[in-house]
Amino acid sequence: MTLAIDVHELTRRFGNFTAVDSITFHVEEGEVFGFLGANGAGKTTAIKMLIGLLAPTSGRASVAGYDVLTQAEEVRRHIGYMSQRFSLYDDLTVRENITLYGGIYGLTDTQIRERGDALIRDLRLGKTADERVSALPLGWKQKLAFSVAILHQPAVVFLDEPTGGVDPITRRQFWEMIYAAAARGTTVFVTTHYLDEAEYCDRVSIMVDGRIAAMGTPEELKREHRVATLDELFVRLARPDATAGTAADHSSASGYE
Amino acid sequence: MTHRSPALTAFMTKEVRHILRDRQTLTILLLLPLAMVVLFGFALRNDVNDIRIVFVDPAPDYATTALRDRFLGNGRFEWVATAPAAADVEQFFRRGNADVAVVFEQGFAGRLAAGTPARILVVSDASDPNTGSRMQAYAIAVIASYQAELGAAGRGVRIVPETRMRFNPTLESVNLFVPGLIALVLTLVTALMTAISLSREKERGTLEILLVSPLRPWQIIVGKVLPYLLLAFANVITALLAAWIIFRVPFRGSITLLLLASMLYAMVGLALGVFIAARTSSQRAAMLGALTGTMLPSTLLSGMIFPIASLPGWLQPVTFAIPARWFIIIARGIMLKGVGLAYLWQPIVVLAVMLVFLMLLAIRSFKPRLA
Amino acid sequence: MNGGSPPLVVQGVSKRFEEVVALDDVSFEVARAELFGLVGPDGGGKTTLFRILATLLLPDSGSATVLGLDVVRDMWAIRSRVGYMPGRFSLYPDLGVEENLRFFASVFGTTLEEGYDLIAPIYRQIEPFRDRRAGALSGGMKQKLALSCALVHRPDILFLDEPTTGVDAVSRREFWDLLDSLRDSGLPILVSTPYMDEASRCDRVALMQQGRILAIDAPEALGARFPDRLFAVRGRDRYAMLQALRGYPHAVSTFPFGEELHYSDSRTDADAGATAREVLGFLRSKGFADAEVAPIEPGIEDTFMALMGAPEAAAA
Repeated sequence: MTLAIDVHELTRRFGNFTAVDSITFHVEEGEVFGFLGANGAGKTTAIKMLIGLLAPTSGRASVAGYDVLTQAEEVRRHIGYMSQRFSLYDDLTVRENITLYGGIYGLTDTQIRERGDALIRDLRLGKTADERVSALPLGWKQKLAFSVAILHQPAVVFLDEPTGGVDPITRRQFWEMIYAAAARGTTVFVTTHYLDEAEYCDRVSIMVDGRIAAMGTPEELKREHRVATLDELFVRLARPDATAGTAADHSSASGYE
Repeated sequence: MTHRSPALTAFMTKEVRHILRDRQTLTILLLLPLAMVVLFGFALRNDVNDIRIVFVDPAPDYATTALRDRFLGNGRFEWVATAPAAADVEQFFRRGNADVAVVFEQGFAGRLAAGTPARILVVSDASDPNTGSRMQAYAIAVIASYQAELGAAGRGVRIVPETRMRFNPTLESVNLFVPGLIALVLTLVTALMTAISLSREKERGTLEILLVSPLRPWQIIVGKVLPYLLLAFANVITALLAAWIIFRVPFRGSITLLLLASMLYAMVGLALGVFIAARTSSQRAAMLGALTGTMLPSTLLSGMIFPIASLPGWLQPVTFAIPARWFIIIARGIMLKGVGLAYLWQPIVVLAVMLVFLMLLAIRSFKPRLA
Repeated sequence: MNGGSPPLVVQGVSKRFEEVVALDDVSFEVARAELFGLVGPDGGGKTTLFRILATLLLPDSGSATVLGLDVVRDMWAIRSRVGYMPGRFSLYPDLGVEENLRFFASVFGTTLEEGYDLIAPIYRQIEPFRDRRAGALSGGMKQKLALSCALVHRPDILFLDEPTTGVDAVSRREFWDLLDSLRDSGLPILVSTPYMDEASRCDRVALMQQGRILAIDAPEALGARFPDRLFAVRGRDRYAMLQALRGYPHAVSTFPFGEELHYSDSRTDADAGATAREVLGFLRSKGFADAEVAPIEPGIEDTFMALMGAPEAAAA
């Protein structure tokens, strides 16, 4: 079985600054993998490399069986992507967004119609399907964005901070959609800064200063580091002396993002 | 398998939808070019009409009367007055009440009859060198056709027109542009920049904090606006120095008056900028509003580049509402004609009234609450 | 401070923007030296409420007094005594750290020196960067600077609208430590947050959802408002267990909660242990051999979800 994501000593430098420092990990098919780290830890750079938007300085990585450096276009065709900052076009209707993304990913008209209808049914949108996305509440936009991201049934879907600012029930409904997709064999690679959400994942990794500081199932990590929640582990790894009580800004000692 | 064309079609369809649904931008993109075509079409006309003419005819005779009738019958000229002496003509030019003056020498008809050269002096206001030369040409044409008439009747006549371009004898274009450029620079620094600065404060959220403080709205406005006034002042000085040193633009009037008038105009721009910022919700909208509401009308409708006289009749009253129009009258008057307060008090009063009106409007739009 | 009346009193405040109801009959009070939290997701009306209390908006109905002053009539008196930190940090990115502070101090007619001892515990953490442009700071430092700017004029009450949003977990903790010490010094603080776990750091909390208050209480006491019996369910196949439990006759709701599922049962009179064993039996019968069921105390998030009812519908 090919690994959905296979990363080996992946590195990215910007001049003198090493944003991603030789990280190695893999994700199996159908896993829900949580990719965690503080802002500036190198998370965003790593993801950009995995989705073929940024070339690595050294090391290699393959997504859905394709190499990110030499087969970037193939990678992009076999993955889905959703981010908090952008996903759907506000001034297009739900159906129009479905048609657009379906078309971009090369689905046939029949496929677009059938899958679009199924999506609208599953989300119980009804007539809202013909309204502009801007009219939807935030939680629905998120759920819709996820559904559209997997419309073309990609092998791997990347979710960049997908839930934010919604009520706890809607957030859990979103995660149930993730579970359902994983159960169907889609690999889900998600980043989030809600550390309680990290516990929904099968396995997580925590990046600090460009390196992976911890990786494993939530249960393993909590046991190993003797903490009750991943939040505590995160604090411990990101700012080692914060737990000692001093509030000096050390790990981001430069004060920069 | 890659399906290239459906992806492209899907993408283009999306773009079309975006364009059609952005009503604001769509209106601007469709209407603005139309407006510009119409405006430029009219403004770029080469002919000048309604040329205001003053005659000086100390000893009217059949020839001078006939010539005067020819001028008035021509259709391009509009009779303003007949002055007794050449010295009186200056007043009309300084006040801006006449465009062309035609001065007949005494004993005009007699000289014609005797076959000796009869002189006519044609003076044009060449502050705008383009119109100046054209008006000159029309006047000469009228005279030439009358001469041809007389010649055809068998008499050997010679009319010798002497031409003078008032205020701008060498027809320097830069003399035309500099007053307009000062107005443009002032509009840019004041209206555009204050609009952007204020709306940026709004967008950033810091305006909220400023409001929830002892600061009163007028203090916020003045604090924001005053630095731009100083900047505008510096810009005027630089522009004038450049014009004087590099381009040798004449400076016949009072510099103090020009600087004061510039400050007055700058304040009008600032008030306008504040008003625009108070009424718009984003920096982008503020910039768009400032450009279409101040820069564009100032460039097209103020007489800066295109003479107001060339604009269609229905558009000319509209120019009264453009502050730049009045400032350019003042600037040209001071720089090229060397006139002072006595002649320029009207446009100055107009600007002052505009300032008070816009300031009241701006202060009222800038509420101490968000809604 | 005014004699006996609490520093913040909100009574029946409602506000709507066209057809959208932003606030619906909101009432609560904040006492001296109290850290009061408004907890709930976006769109809950928290920002609108802050703006009304900061005298930036007028309520459609109801009344509110800040430090004994009416938000409608005594606008200017309130504005000089309130420390306000609206969302998104609201700093001047092209000014330096110290320049920002001095500016905000001067706006209130005071100086950085006069307010220094109050902001020292916070400011000391960013003082080494005092010449750096505020736009070049990390999220956590911007947050500390924004708090300093809100405090430098020694306000009598503090309004913080989502001060921890977009900030990393460590900085968030440090921020709440700072708020604790400010409250201990007597300052009443009203703070809003979408993070349920931060609710536990407040003295009292108002749960807000779509403009309405669901409950007001101390965080520990909120659990008592949970209407059903709550159980934690563990097992490897979470998703399948989730769907199975939803078919169970006594189920009120089942939600994923990290590594567990939280299952709420309608049989509130029965013994918790007995119910747990019944549910376990049901799961085992469905083939989940490694399932575990244990009764637990409801937390803030459980209570919030039970009280909020259904989430917002897709059609407005």
